[in-house]
Amino acid sequence: MDEIYGQIFQIGFFAAMIRIATPLIFATMGELFAERAGVLNLGIEGIMLLSAMLGFSAAYYSGSLWLGVAVAMAAGIGSGALMGLLTVTLGLSQHVSGIGVTLLNSGLAFFLYRLIFGQPSMPPNIVAFTPVAIPGLSDIPVIGPILFNHHALVYAAFILVPLAAFILFRTPWGLNLRTVGENPHAADGAGVSVAATRYQALMLSGALMGVAGAFLSMAQFNAFTFGVISGRGWVCIALVVFGQWSPWRAAGGALLFALIDALQLRLQASSAIDVPYQVFLMMPFVLTIVGMALVSRNARAPAALLTPFRKEER
Amino acid sequence: MIRMRLERRDSTPTWLNLTLPVLAVLATLVLCSGLVAMAGANVWTAYSKLFLSAIDSRSHIVETFVKAAPLIFTGLAVAVAFRAKFWNIGAEGQLLAGAMAAAFIGGREGLPAWSLVPLMIVAGAAAGGLWACVPAVLRTRYKVDDVVSSLLLNFVIFYGMTALLDGPWKDPLSGYPDSPDILMEAEFPILLERTRLHLGVLLALLSAPLVWWVMRKTSLGFSIRAVGENPVASRYAGISTGAVILMTAILSGALAGLAGVGEVAGLHFQVMSGISPGYGYTGIVIAMLARLNPLGVVPAALFFAVIVTGAESMSRATGVPVFLAEVIQGAALLTMLVALLFTSYRIRIARHG
Amino acid sequence: MSAPTPLLAMRGIGKRFGAVQANRNVELTLQPGDILGLLGENGAGKTTLMNILFGTYSPDEGSIEIDGQPVEIHNSAAAIAHGVGMVHQHFHLVPRHTVLENLLVGRPGRRGLLDKAAAIARLDEIGRHFQLVLDPDRLVGDLTIGEQQRLEIIKALFSGARILILDEPTAALTPQEADGLFDALRAMAAEGMGVIFISHKLHEVRAITSHVMVMRLGEVVANLENAPEVSQGHLAELMCGHELTPPVKPEKKPGRPLLHLRDVATDIRGRTNLAGISLDVRAGEIVGIAGVSGNGQRELAEVIAGMLPLAAGSLEIDGAAVPRPSPNIMQALGMGRIPEDRMGTGLITSLPLSDSMVLPRIGEAPFSRHGILDHRAIRAFVEEQIERFGIKAGGPDIRAGTLSGGNLQKALLARELAWNPLVLLAAQPTRGLDVGAARFVHEQFLDLRARDRAVLLISEDLEEIFTLSDRIAVMYEGRIIGVLPIAEADVRKVGLMMAGMEDAA
Repeated sequence: MDEIYGQIFQIGFFAAMIRIATPLIFATMGELFAERAGVLNLGIEGIMLLSAMLGFSAAYYSGSLWLGVAVAMAAGIGSGALMGLLTVTLGLSQHVSGIGVTLLNSGLAFFLYRLIFGQPSMPPNIVAFTPVAIPGLSDIPVIGPILFNHHALVYAAFILVPLAAFILFRTPWGLNLRTVGENPHAADGAGVSVAATRYQALMLSGALMGVAGAFLSMAQFNAFTFGVISGRGWVCIALVVFGQWSPWRAAGGALLFALIDALQLRLQASSAIDVPYQVFLMMPFVLTIVGMALVSRNARAPAALLTPFRKEER
Repeated sequence: MIRMRLERRDSTPTWLNLTLPVLAVLATLVLCSGLVAMAGANVWTAYSKLFLSAIDSRSHIVETFVKAAPLIFTGLAVAVAFRAKFWNIGAEGQLLAGAMAAAFIGGREGLPAWSLVPLMIVAGAAAGGLWACVPAVLRTRYKVDDVVSSLLLNFVIFYGMTALLDGPWKDPLSGYPDSPDILMEAEFPILLERTRLHLGVLLALLSAPLVWWVMRKTSLGFSIRAVGENPVASRYAGISTGAVILMTAILSGALAGLAGVGEVAGLHFQVMSGISPGYGYTGIVIAMLARLNPLGVVPAALFFAVIVTGAESMSRATGVPVFLAEVIQGAALLTMLVALLFTSYRIRIARHG
Repeated sequence: MSAPTPLLAMRGIGKRFGAVQANRNVELTLQPGDILGLLGENGAGKTTLMNILFGTYSPDEGSIEIDGQPVEIHNSAAAIAHGVGMVHQHFHLVPRHTVLENLLVGRPGRRGLLDKAAAIARLDEIGRHFQLVLDPDRLVGDLTIGEQQRLEIIKALFSGARILILDEPTAALTPQEADGLFDALRAMAAEGMGVIFISHKLHEVRAITSHVMVMRLGEVVANLENAPEVSQGHLAELMCGHELTPPVKPEKKPGRPLLHLRDVATDIRGRTNLAGISLDVRAGEIVGIAGVSGNGQRELAEVIAGMLPLAAGSLEIDGAAVPRPSPNIMQALGMGRIPEDRMGTGLITSLPLSDSMVLPRIGEAPFSRHGILDHRAIRAFVEEQIERFGIKAGGPDIRAGTLSGGNLQKALLARELAWNPLVLLAAQPTRGLDVGAARFVHEQFLDLRARDRAVLLISEDLEEIFTLSDRIAVMYEGRIIGVLPIAEADVRKVGLMMAGMEDAA
């Protein structure tokens, strides 16, 4: 047991936790915007995967990591628009549309990767993002290395959470978006285009999910692998519920999940506990399900989540 | 100004019902032809290889049926679940549960030889059904979204299974994480000599009409459909929606479990971590293509079995990555969804002065 | 002297929905300062016409002019821009947001932020001008229905409405709140605005309007000044097109209580909880539950239907105690139930009609034996009911959602009456039905009464309550505030009880 505490109370551990949380925060914020507008975006896992792959490929061939991020975002925006076409314009089931987009994007990710890179004996990799220490702040004892010696995208995640909260609760666009998700008829009656707002929310959510994917294949790791997402997209859906559709709470949930994930990695490596490593891999998922069970009964989702908006139907 | 509007239909003409999946598939193939071209291959050659290699010889046709068996089961599992709007994305995990149960029973010494096959079938179905109860209970008691829970549980059981296969259940004779072989007596009988056509294929083909009968001719099937279409009205009319969802989960999970049983007892004779290359997810696409009709699941499953088998040959012959099959899978689900719109709505073109 | 330019002119408006001609060649003119009453039965086309004005629907024919200029209104943003505001029957509010947030939706911000200061200033101004006051930081979910309606009106004024449409605004108000509303409307008219007041309540229309337009079956049948010579009876005739003779209700001595409630209470978050309801509904009588919507009627109906749990009290059906009511048990004991929401709770609109009609007893003979359905028995039953009740449907296999409101109600009645219930609970049974369908429903209730069954009628339509009931019980804030035999009841007494005056009886 002492050895476990020894593992945890190390600066490196908390820094790893923040690193692991970053893609979760991006993707969760993305999903949050979509759901606040009333659309469940189940394409998240596929969008993250495809964006990770396309971003990686762009970075590999161009030598520019930021171009890779841009390409990843573009892929996410496109996928978001596809979700919009299916769920908003055509009014199809949000559940099945999302699963379809995930399957399609996953298939595309595998297909295009194989097409571009073939099956080399040594999988291609890139020089990933390197951590950037913020001068001055990173020298603060304890907190410095934990918070201020990270990849640029991690800092972006720090800013994203308060920015998302600000946008949602202090700006007209945010209020309109929340109204669309609570009572689209109210928004429509006030002159807000429900369809346009939902499209915008979905494309924004896709962009953020794209960044999450890019982070995984270009910062946290230095290559794209077929298992680079491994269910993390689905976890983000749970995190939105867990966070009661609030940016701060959802980000807190992401940190909690990252804590468990980082812990499980450390325990695996330490062989302090003699259990097959897969048991550790299971832990975060089991705990996510337990968390959902505790929270969902009293969860108050946006009132219009999952309902398509149709005006002239009789 | 011309405006297009979607207007609800009163009922769907039969010709439309039957041709829609075909149209959806054709649309998919047209969309995916762009990818084939991107790979630098001739679309016609690639598609011919994709579709025809599965049926160009007797042994290939039989193999296609063998590949279709688990797909029929998972397709049926999802079709039943989706009718109740129980979004069972966990067929993949329920398959693994069934596979493990079958391998466990099949490797047991001390049971009478004749009992092994029936016991494996029952145990596999029960294991799958039980595993499916978890998302069902989470939904009815705790209001947890069934999509997320059934998905996450897939990962849970997968890791659990590989933990066992890497540890206590590891075959000492092999270097890989897989279980010991089941006993000879537990292997499914082969129905056609010199092929791999095993009992599981027959079970799958028989299950489709059986499930159709349950859905159409029993009060359970009626309740499943009612709860799926309108749970409030069903509850008002005295139907216990929680019980119906649970029954649906058991039935759905059992079918998916049988997919696992077939793979273990008829094909691999052991459990390995790679025993399912996503059959549970393909089942979703199959169910949608079949419009949730159990009888339609068989041709849809055969279609995907053809594609999966053919993808390898196509890849070898033309260099188009084998993952075209996965892309077709996802695209087919989406085109079918869009096509389904036309069963409920027709397009009205109105002129406005 | 030429006629002044009307504030609003709708000319030759036509609109059809499928086979139904909702509006036919409708002409409407509004001068500044007018309060126009738009009268008509359900289905007369009043709401459709107003939805066209507000941009929710587009007319098939006709044109709209505001201040003499032709305008194109294809969505609500355009309507608002032209100064048209609408207060719908079902509020377009977000309960989880504050008053201020509901007001700010769709409004441009200031430098990217929500412009709260300006909104609060305007809110004050409107409050002073029209006596419409609300606290900006209160959650809309905490407001009373009257206050929510006030917010809807303020929203319209906020957007600079000069033409205000109100759709059945007093349905859920107490008489005092209705008076407050009328004061505000008079103040608006005095400022040169135009008000269109949709209602089927004759006495209100008489009280507040300057002009009256009567619609029937999509057409305008009369356009009059609201002068004292025009009698209420005349207006009623115009609305219905014929003399309304109330159905014959023979004298009847009620028998034993078939439905008995004692101290029934509920405790559910977010609902109007019942606080000790005691009531008997006896064989051979119709008890009408009156009350302003939102005082627990819905909860009472759901408890009796078995959909909501009892927190306290007891419930008996023909002497048999029901400790834990559920839809199944209530059905089995002889409780027939017609839900308020026909299409959401009653029938499954996306499935064939026959499915909905056999749904309650699908697990029993003759519809199924040992779990296996008997399709022939099902078909025979459904066809018999269609025949008996004159349900106009394409056949038992046609999707239930294609039926009209009246036929849906007939289907629901058929399905309950086929099993000879001891008590029939009917919630808002004739809402949205035309006169003929409503008449049919009333006859079924009277028939049950004649056969010594019991009917519990919950309705917001006072006329219906007075026509049918042997006793009237008034609900207020989750209690029954008083019960009057029909001989002692008049609209004034009942109205006061509905507003909470207990000693009016």
